[in-house]
Amino acid sequence: MIWDALTLQLGYNATLVAIGATLLGVSAGVTGTFLFLRKRALVSDAISHATLPGVCLAFMVLVALGGDGRNLLGLLAGSAISAWVGLLCMNWLTRRTRLAEDAAIGAILSVFFGFGIVLLTIIQTMGVGRQAGLEGFLLGSTAGMLWADAMIIAIGGAATLLLVLILRRPMTLVAFDPEYAAARGLPIHRIDLAMMGLVMAVTVVGLKIVGLILIVALLIIPAVTARFWSERSEHVVLLAGLAGGLAGYIGAAISASAPNLPTGPIIVLVSFAFFVLSLFCAPKRGVLAAVLRHLRFQRRVHIRQGLLALAQGQKIYEPLTLRLLRRAGLVRPDGVATDTGKARAGKALRDEKRWEIVRGDQAHEATAALYDGMRDIETVMTHDQIAEIDRQIGGPQGVPA
Amino acid sequence: MSGEEFVPLSLTPLLIGTFAAIACALPGNFLVLRKQALIGDAISHVVLPGIVVAFLLTGAISTWPMMLGAAGAAIVAVVLIEAIRRLGQIEPGAAMGVVFTTMFAAGVLLLEQTDTSTVHLDVEHALYGNLESLIWLDATGWGSLLDVEALAGLPPELSRIALTLVGVSVFTWLFWRPLKISTFDEGFARTIGIRTGALGMALVITAAIAAVAAFDAVGSIIVIAMFICPPAAARMLTNRLEAQIAWSIVFATASAVSGYVLAGYGPLWLGGSDAVSAAGMIATMSGLILAAAAMFGPCRARIGAHTSA
Amino acid sequence: MLDLISNEGVTVEAQRLEDSPLAVRGLTVSYGQKPAVFSVDMTVQPGAMTAIIGPNGAGKSTLLKAALGIVSPLSGQVIVFGQPLDKQRARIAYVPQRASVDWDFPTRVIDVILMGLSRELGLLGRVRARHKACAMDCLNRVGMRDFADRQIGQLSGGQQQRVFLARALAQGADLYLLDEPFAGVDAATEKAIIAVLKSLKDAGKTVVVVHHDLATVTDYFDHVFLINTRKVAEGPVSEAFTAETLQSAYGGRLATAQIDQISRALG
Repeated sequence: MIWDALTLQLGYNATLVAIGATLLGVSAGVTGTFLFLRKRALVSDAISHATLPGVCLAFMVLVALGGDGRNLLGLLAGSAISAWVGLLCMNWLTRRTRLAEDAAIGAILSVFFGFGIVLLTIIQTMGVGRQAGLEGFLLGSTAGMLWADAMIIAIGGAATLLLVLILRRPMTLVAFDPEYAAARGLPIHRIDLAMMGLVMAVTVVGLKIVGLILIVALLIIPAVTARFWSERSEHVVLLAGLAGGLAGYIGAAISASAPNLPTGPIIVLVSFAFFVLSLFCAPKRGVLAAVLRHLRFQRRVHIRQGLLALAQGQKIYEPLTLRLLRRAGLVRPDGVATDTGKARAGKALRDEKRWEIVRGDQAHEATAALYDGMRDIETVMTHDQIAEIDRQIGGPQGVPA
Repeated sequence: MSGEEFVPLSLTPLLIGTFAAIACALPGNFLVLRKQALIGDAISHVVLPGIVVAFLLTGAISTWPMMLGAAGAAIVAVVLIEAIRRLGQIEPGAAMGVVFTTMFAAGVLLLEQTDTSTVHLDVEHALYGNLESLIWLDATGWGSLLDVEALAGLPPELSRIALTLVGVSVFTWLFWRPLKISTFDEGFARTIGIRTGALGMALVITAAIAAVAAFDAVGSIIVIAMFICPPAAARMLTNRLEAQIAWSIVFATASAVSGYVLAGYGPLWLGGSDAVSAAGMIATMSGLILAAAAMFGPCRARIGAHTSA
Repeated sequence: MLDLISNEGVTVEAQRLEDSPLAVRGLTVSYGQKPAVFSVDMTVQPGAMTAIIGPNGAGKSTLLKAALGIVSPLSGQVIVFGQPLDKQRARIAYVPQRASVDWDFPTRVIDVILMGLSRELGLLGRVRARHKACAMDCLNRVGMRDFADRQIGQLSGGQQQRVFLARALAQGADLYLLDEPFAGVDAATEKAIIAVLKSLKDAGKTVVVVHHDLATVTDYFDHVFLINTRKVAEGPVSEAFTAETLQSAYGGRLATAQIDQISRALG
């Protein structure tokens, strides 16, 4: 069943939804990355909630004009307008008042959404009988997706991607270093607004498939996921698009394979699965790698501190240091250094002396700045340089370098 | 309006709405000052999965398991956010976004998988509650306030939210000083031995309890609005924390009362026949109050001396 | 315990760990994979004014923060008045670098000073007239009496710094730790602060200051602690603050001319 779904053999509607969800996932992942890099991920939450009054107003206008209230294009236009108004209000609050951005986001999202709910109850009492479906914008509803709906999503998604492609350089610059961007003469405020405009476009496009509450997930999760795998912004953008697209595709397929599996939530959960995988297993930024690195580092620090203490005949009080030294065969159980321990301790102390010379010497200024107590001197100086330093120190030369 | 009509139909929803608004606004003051305003947003989203899981476990719509489930979900969410933020070195906003959307999605999925057709449990209800239905049928007028038999028929939501309000107030009163100090200057708080981590967690849990109790009665929209709007509006009126708290209570009450009245009677005045969502209207009113404060409040602007050493 | 005293660098006065207001042993603090402070021993002399000096990024503030438990060390111990930090917190007052505070917070100057009395007030104790009087007295000592009712964000940088010193005074501590109190303040503020610190010293209190201005070290302090990731020197100014120790703390980063100037000033 899953296999049929993944190969798009579950019928017309399922195929439409799968294609739409994939496109949506790609454009949301790509657009959301800039938002995430700008550290404004949750602005998307305000934008998406602010679409609700627009959807309702558009419906009311369409009905008042005698049309079909469920015209997707009309509803999306309405949602875009109210999201834009919400965005401007939020910007005004953060720029003109002392309100921090998080409070402004929360205020806009709850007030606009609350007002949307008021409008929704008005529509329910309008007696038009065709209101069914507006609630679908809260959580998405793909059951009755039409070819025209899919086309709107496809065109909207593609247009958003194109705009992102055009604006990617200034947006990256603003996200990375707004002050430098301002110094370069870039209109930060307008680029930010353009970024938000794109997020809004994705939100509007995604209303039909995942709904306004879960679109936030598609904007944020792929970007966060991608960040684990790369330090380069272009790669993060591409990876986020990939993660978003895959989540959309797999999610839609799973959802089509069995009843009672709503598309939006499944896509979000698939996306989250990618995130968890990355959080733990990513090679550099992943948790497992970080924990191993930290343990290894702590071990090195303790051993080095222990060796220095041994070399200077000081008593070691920290149990962890002693345990590590014992395990490495550097001290005996009674706390006395072994032969290897003595040799290593002598070398550690000599290295400290060497560093002392290096750091007191103006000629080695750049090298001296690298000192942090842990760096091996051999990694920053040549053998000849070290030999020269040893001549300055004098004393026994028998220490293995 | 006469007492015979007001007491049974409007008194209890008004009280419940007001208590819920104040219970959320109190911890909201500190959340807004700590730049954690969106914790309220996250909590109100994860209440849904908590309730659904509680329903799956108990198989019935009963209040206490559901409130426990919701509170549990809120705590799980907060712990997850903190864990993801630290483990993945991700900014708090994005960590929140990952956690609450995922948990919300899980809640929706569980709801779809469960046969809830026989019970009243749906997403819309979770979002905007049903304040209007919390009426006091046993009351016949003001006299019922002294009538023990009629009092027994008060909606249980009223006593729950009243109890929650008392709890939240006691927490705020008891920990006033450490809360203030650690919000203002966390480093200093730590040097005088305040356990800032534990205190921050306690604040979030208090907020979660307020959110869950309020949610039970009025839905999650009010919860987010009341966490943020009254404190934010109050901040623009004063430069003293004590006064800010007082103003936020005034604004929360004003939003709840005006929102409820407008939702119930506004459409009638405009010639309509049916009331609109009270929860939505209360949120809207709190937004209008915030807008007014943002435009005219004496302390609305940021002040200059933001030196960085 | 005597054998704990480090035998490298400049000799310190032999003293017992229990007698030092603040002693640090084998302290290593690391942000990520690069230690900011590596295996540092420090023994603060009671009743003295000690300057912690070193180049930018040498771990001065980190050392102070680790001593206060604000950042947690990778290894090492902190002993305050002969006991673990948690038992002696009441005897320490800390003046942070100004950046760590929420300047937008709705609070007045007098409220900030009262925060210094929070240990005495407890959770629910009421602020009484004598607490207010004590707070006003502390403000008076830093010359900020007239600003008691201002919102904290409305003050200039120097005024803010004085307010935080006043808060530390209100704590009535025995050990005062200050993180770059003179950075970016006006001359009047610097004078006011140093006068207060000297009066603390005269009252038998111990003062430790992270300091960056080498030119004023000899005027202000009687002990120095030179650090550049590791301890470079520790002791009375006359012994530990010399051209050689400065050279090895600052390396090439300090122009030779400057060192000459300082060593001339030192005689």
